[in-house]
Amino acid sequence: MAIVLDHVSYIYEKDTEMAAFALKDICLTIPDGQFIGLIGHTGSGKSTLVQHLNGLLAPTGGHIYYNGKDIHADGFDKKELRSRVGLVFQYPEHQLFEVDVFTDVCFGPKNLGLSRKETELRAFEALRQVGFPEEYFYQSPFDLSGGQKRRVAIAGVLAMKPDVLVLDEPTAGLDPKGRDEILDRIAALKAETGITVVLVSHSMEDIAKYVDRIIVMNRGSVLFDDVPAEVFRHDAELEAVGLAAPQMTYIMRTLRRRGMEVGTDVTTLEEAEREILRVLGK
Amino acid sequence: MGIIQTNKLVFEYIRRDEEGNAEGITRAVDEVDLDVKQGEFVAILGHNGSGKSTLAKHINAILYPTEGTVLVDGQDTREEAHVWEIRQKAGMVFQNPDNQIIGQVVEEDVGFGPENMGVPTKEIWERVEESLKAVGMYAFRKHSPNKLSGGQKQRVSIAGVIAMHPKCIILDEPTAMLDPNGRKEVIRVVRALNHVEEVTILLITHYMEEVIYADRVIVMDQGRAVMQGTPREIFSQVERLKSLRLDVPQVTMLAHSLQKKGVPLPDGILTAEELADALGYRKG
Ligand SMILES: Nc1ncnc2c1ncn2[C@@H]1O[C@H](COP(=O)(O)OP(=O)(O)OP(=O)(O)O)[C@@H](O)[C@H]1O
Ligand SMILES: Nc1ncnc2c1ncn2[C@@H]1O[C@H](COP(=O)(O)OP(=O)(O)O)[C@@H](O)[C@H]1O
Ligand SMILES: [Mg+2]
Ligand SMILES: [Mg+2]
Repeated sequence: MAIVLDHVSYIYEKDTEMAAFALKDICLTIPDGQFIGLIGHTGSGKSTLVQHLNGLLAPTGGHIYYNGKDIHADGFDKKELRSRVGLVFQYPEHQLFEVDVFTDVCFGPKNLGLSRKETELRAFEALRQVGFPEEYFYQSPFDLSGGQKRRVAIAGVLAMKPDVLVLDEPTAGLDPKGRDEILDRIAALKAETGITVVLVSHSMEDIAKYVDRIIVMNRGSVLFDDVPAEVFRHDAELEAVGLAAPQMTYIMRTLRRRGMEVGTDVTTLEEAEREILRVLGK
Repeated sequence: MGIIQTNKLVFEYIRRDEEGNAEGITRAVDEVDLDVKQGEFVAILGHNGSGKSTLAKHINAILYPTEGTVLVDGQDTREEAHVWEIRQKAGMVFQNPDNQIIGQVVEEDVGFGPENMGVPTKEIWERVEESLKAVGMYAFRKHSPNKLSGGQKQRVSIAGVIAMHPKCIILDEPTAMLDPNGRKEVIRVVRALNHVEEVTILLITHYMEEVIYADRVIVMDQGRAVMQGTPREIFSQVERLKSLRLDVPQVTMLAHSLQKKGVPLPDGILTAEELADALGYRKG
């Protein structure tokens, strides 16, 4: 059930003087069951790329295949694709429009033609999964704090039970606990169901903690596509394109510079702890 | 007296049904006493929905107290005659860099504030120049804002606020949507404004690392200010913060876990350098 991008390019406002490449000749395969991190400076094309995965944007050059079928060929069922490849937009307010939170989360499953009972069950479960407080279920989505809106938007997509879950900066604006809850929940969902996850994030720490492959975008092109340890070894190149290595990497470098014989190929808290304890002989 | 003072500030949102009848009440801010001194850098932490933005909106008179008072530079925000002046004294910067910039050209955008204030044209241009220089965006003055990176857009928004010569800037999660580099740029500018220009800073953020430079940290929980102290005092209380849905900087967390494994380390380590010191690795 892989998604394949074959020489995909995209130009916004094509045929105008404003025309500029947002994506340039992207070739990628997203196989089943991977947890992929997509990182890049603001404006590097991440949001443009993810909107291609469910057919929301059509490439101005190249092709996209889902299960081997060209998603923009005549007769391809786009509606089905959109329910299989669930996209949580970067700005949650773009997705919320119903009178209350619960109705909003019901929108997706209802549109899939599910029974009312099944729809409501799914909405309820999805809101629970994202830790949304029950007392606000019947509140207008517009009267929520930023973080609360974000949770509702994610629940709306989870309620469709997609095969591929694409999250465009889902944790921006969430409190630290909320960030961990959502990402832990998604990691658990992935472990249970084998769902494919594409996570766009500016948190190198979250990326280091959760994903098994990182795609780095730079000005519309893919700069790196590799396992986290390899990608984060290129910290100078990452910094040059507006990114960074995870903080733990820099902390370990400082310790090393100060004379502690620790390895610096470290990206997470657990690794750092183990490495320091090793040197201390504990 | 402080530049910002709230006394037993309470704010309640009234939730209404479709017909507009009151359905319920959310007490978003609950008896908050705040006293911020001119030139202070105060950071505000708190879980989603804890009332940070609601509190912030009181300081530049976007919202008015349900109970209690808010004084900005001694002026009560409820007095209509002061509103204009207060908004000038206390500028706001919001989360989304795309919603705050209206001008077609960077310098034009930064000039809007002083222009609306009735500042004479010649002085507007002086202010635009000085503000863009303060945020390191002067070289981009002729650019179109929509071609800038997120961090650059936020710095332009900050310049727009500075051009009004505020005494105080309130930044509500200004780095939430930025890449690592953009985040660094914005925090650097905020710190410089505080140090060099002595602008009072109120920074709301979910990034614990950004808070270590503050003079004081205030932690909100369900509308109340439940903790106050220096970054070191606050971040020494790892378990308490976690119970408030918050976190500590990564290096603080690392030190805390090592401590639990029996490594003798003090509480509240805030930088890698401090960790090296505490582990006994001398400088140089
Ligand atoms: N316009 C509104 N109408 C009704 N209730 C609101 C409105 N805005 C916020 N609230 C409620 O007030 C409380 C505080 O919200 P506020 O936006 O101040 O939180 P916050 O601390 O800024 O959260 P976040 O970290 O998510 O931005 C929440 O319970 C929220 O649902
Ligand atoms: N709706 C749009 N119209 C015109 N240009 C756009 C639009 N959305 C994005 N762009 C441009 O496309 C490029 C990639 O943007 P985007 O995909 O949003 O990047 P990212 O998500 O990595 O921040 C940027 O140069 C951006 O300015
Ligand atoms: Mg984006
Ligand atoms: Mg807020």
